[in-house]
Amino acid sequence: MSHTPINSPSRKITSILQLSGVTKSFDGFKAINNLSIDIKPGELRAIIGPNGAGKSTMMDIITGKTKPDTGEVTFKDVVDLTKHDEADIANMGIGRKFQKPTVIETLTIWQNLELALAGHRSILQTLFWRLNNDQAKRIDDVIALIGLAEKRDDLAANLSHGQKQWLEIGMLFIQEPEVLLVDEPAGGMTDTETMVTARLLKEISQRHSVIVVEHDMDFVRELDCKVTVLHEGSVLAEGSLDTVSSNPRVVEVYLGR
Amino acid sequence: MMKNTVIYKLLQNDKAGRIVLSALFALMVLVPLSNMLLPPDSFLHVPTYTVTLLGKYLCYALLALALDLVWGYCGILSLGHGAFFGLGGYAMGMYLMRQIGDRGQYGNADLPDFMVFLNWQELPWYWSGFESFTFALVMVMLVPGILAFLFGWLAFRSRVTGVYFSIITQALTYALMQAFFLNDFGFGGNNGLTDFKDILGFDIQANGTRIVLFMLSAFMVIVAYLLCRFIIQSKLGRVLMSIRDAESRSRFLGYRVEHYKLFVFVLSAVLAGIAGALFVPQVGIINPSEFNPVNSIEIVIWVALGGRGTLYGAIIGAVVVNYVKSFYTGAMPEMWLFMLGGIFVVATVYANAGVIIGVILSAVVSSIYAGISTLIGSEINPFVMLFFALGTLYICAKYFDFFWQKSLPFLTTLPLIGNVLKEKVVTSHSEVKS
Ligand SMILES: Nc1ncnc2c1ncn2[C@@H]1O[C@H](COP(=O)(O)OP(=O)(O)OP(=O)(O)O)[C@@H](O)[C@H]1O
Ligand SMILES: [Mg+2]
Repeated sequence: MSHTPINSPSRKITSILQLSGVTKSFDGFKAINNLSIDIKPGELRAIIGPNGAGKSTMMDIITGKTKPDTGEVTFKDVVDLTKHDEADIANMGIGRKFQKPTVIETLTIWQNLELALAGHRSILQTLFWRLNNDQAKRIDDVIALIGLAEKRDDLAANLSHGQKQWLEIGMLFIQEPEVLLVDEPAGGMTDTETMVTARLLKEISQRHSVIVVEHDMDFVRELDCKVTVLHEGSVLAEGSLDTVSSNPRVVEVYLGR
Repeated sequence: MMKNTVIYKLLQNDKAGRIVLSALFALMVLVPLSNMLLPPDSFLHVPTYTVTLLGKYLCYALLALALDLVWGYCGILSLGHGAFFGLGGYAMGMYLMRQIGDRGQYGNADLPDFMVFLNWQELPWYWSGFESFTFALVMVMLVPGILAFLFGWLAFRSRVTGVYFSIITQALTYALMQAFFLNDFGFGGNNGLTDFKDILGFDIQANGTRIVLFMLSAFMVIVAYLLCRFIIQSKLGRVLMSIRDAESRSRFLGYRVEHYKLFVFVLSAVLAGIAGALFVPQVGIINPSEFNPVNSIEIVIWVALGGRGTLYGAIIGAVVVNYVKSFYTGAMPEMWLFMLGGIFVVATVYANAGVIIGVILSAVVSSIYAGISTLIGSEINPFVMLFFALGTLYICAKYFDFFWQKSLPFLTTLPLIGNVLKEKVVTSHSEVKS
C-alpha cells in the first residue's frame, strides 16, 4: 500500500487520473502512442475509437495489468500507478469492468457481489468473515438495482450475456471505487437496457469518476459528456459528441465507415 | 442441539461428505474392534495386515484431499505433491531411525547403519534433533511447508500458472528424487530409511501400534476434511474459486492472488507431509522412489476419478484406485499402468460416479476371468484380463445413467461379492502355483 496521504482533506485534487506521454508497444507495434488524457474528479468521460485503437490497452495500463514503456500514469496528482500492481490499484479505488463480461461462473449472483463488496481483502479477514445486516442489505439493494433479484441464488454461469454485463456492473458498483473504468458495458444488451445502463452510469458519476468505452453512439449520446476519440493509440479529438463527430479526421477514421 | 455444532454446519450442504465421513468413522471404530475381539477364523475378522493396508489407503486419501484443495478449489495443478508427502515421510523416518539406537546391524548407538557403512564419524547437523518425537513432528509439517512456501512464493509472484506450473512441480519432485538417491546426501541413498524398531517406545510391528496408527490415519483424514470444508465454506474459499475461474477478475477486485495461492499451497503441502509421516511407520520404509514424478501424477488421477473439487471424491478416488491397484499389481503388474491410463481417460471423458463403480467392477470381472482360467487350468492372459477390465470400466461409465436408475442397489453389493471371490481366487491361484 502506498503511504502517500492520497486522501488528506487539506489537498485539492486537480485530476483524479492523468496519463501523459504514455507509449506501449507489443512486438514493435505501438498499441498506445504518446497518449495523454486528463480526467477530473467526478468527471464522466466517454472514450470512442475504431477497433484496435488501444482503448482496452489504455485500461490495462491504468489498472496495472500492462506496464507502459514510457510515460506517466498518475492517480490523484501524486500516486504513480505504474509502480503498483492490479490488487494495489484496485484497493486504492480504481475499479474495472472488462470488455468480455467476467464474472465468477461457479458462484451465485449473490456470492459474486459478496466477493466484490468493499473491504475484507486479506486472508484472515476472508477466512473468518461474517456478513453483517448492513452488508447483506447492501448486496440485496444492488441485486435489485441490476434487476437480478429473482436470480440471486442462481449460478452466474446461467446468466445471459447481457445479464452478466449487469452483474459485472453491479460488482463494480458494490466495490465502491472512486474511479470506474467501464469497457463496452452495452454489449449484449437490448436498446432499453442500453439506455438504462447509460442512465445508471450517469447517476454513478454524480459521486465517482467514470470512464466509459463504448461503440454504441446512442449510448454515448445519452451519457451527454465529454468524448475522447482514440485512434492508433493516441488522442485524435476531444470535446462534446457534436464537436468530435463534425471533426473531418474523426469522420474519416471512424464515424464515416 | 446437533444443529448448533460446528461440524453440523460444515457438513450441512454436503450429503456425500457426511456419508464418507460416517463411513470413515465407522471404519475407525469397527476395524480395530473386529481385529481385537473377533477370533481370527471369523468371517468378519479383519487381519492386522488388512488394518495396515487400510491405514495406508487412508494416508493416500489424506494426500488426495490435500491435492484437491489446491487443484479442485484454486486451480493449481500441482504435479509434485508426492514431494511433500515424501519429505513428511523422511522426517518421520529420521525419527524412527534414531529410535533404533544400538539395535542396528553395526550396533552403533550414535549413527544409523547406513552412515556407519559409509564410514561417517558423526551425525550430520541436519540429523540433530530428530531423536525427539516432538521435533520430528514439527519437521514433518515445517519442511514441506517451507519448501512449498519458497517454491510457491517464487512461482506465484512471477505468475507462473497452468501447465508451466505443473511442469516445474514435476521438475521439483524429480530433482528431490535424484538428490535423495545420492549416498552423500545423508538420507540412506537408494535404500532409504528402514528397519525401524519402535515408535514412542512401542514396537512398530505390534498389533496395538498398527491399530493406533490406522486409527490416527482415519482421524487425520476426518480432521483434514473438516478443515478443508471450513476453508471452502468461508469467503476465503469463494476467493479461491474466483482465482480458479477468473484470476484477473480477482486481482481487479483487489484480492492479492499470489497470497491466496501461497496460503493454500503451503497448507496443502503440510497436509501432504502429515500423510507421509503417517504412511512411513505403517509401511516400514521410505526411499527415494516416493519422489518419483509418476507418483505425483497418480495422485491427480485419484482426485480426477473421485471428482475434482468435491473433497469427498478425493477420498473415494484414492481408496478405490489403490484398492484396485493392489489387486492388479498382484494379478498382472505389467498391466497396471495401462489400467491407470484407462482410468484417467475414462474419468476425464465421463465424469460420473459410474467410473468409480466401473473401476471396482473391473477388478471383480478380472477376478472372475482369473478364477475361470484357473478352474479350467489355462494360463491367465494379461491382455485378455486388461480387455475385460477396461471394457467393464467403459461400459459402467458410459451407461451409468441407465444403471443408476435400474440397478444401483444391486451394484453396490457387487464389490462385496467381488472381495469374497478375489480371496478365493487368490488363494486357489497361489495353491496352484505352489
Ligand atoms: N497483450 C497483447 N499482445 C499483443 N498485442 C496486443 C496485446 N494487447 C493488445 N494488443 C494489440 O493492441 C491493439 C489495441 O488493442 P485494444 O484491445 O486496446 O483495442 P481496442 O481499442 O480496445 O479495440 P476494440 O474496440 O476491438 O476493443 C490491437 O491491435 C491489439 O491487437
Ligand atoms: Mg477493447
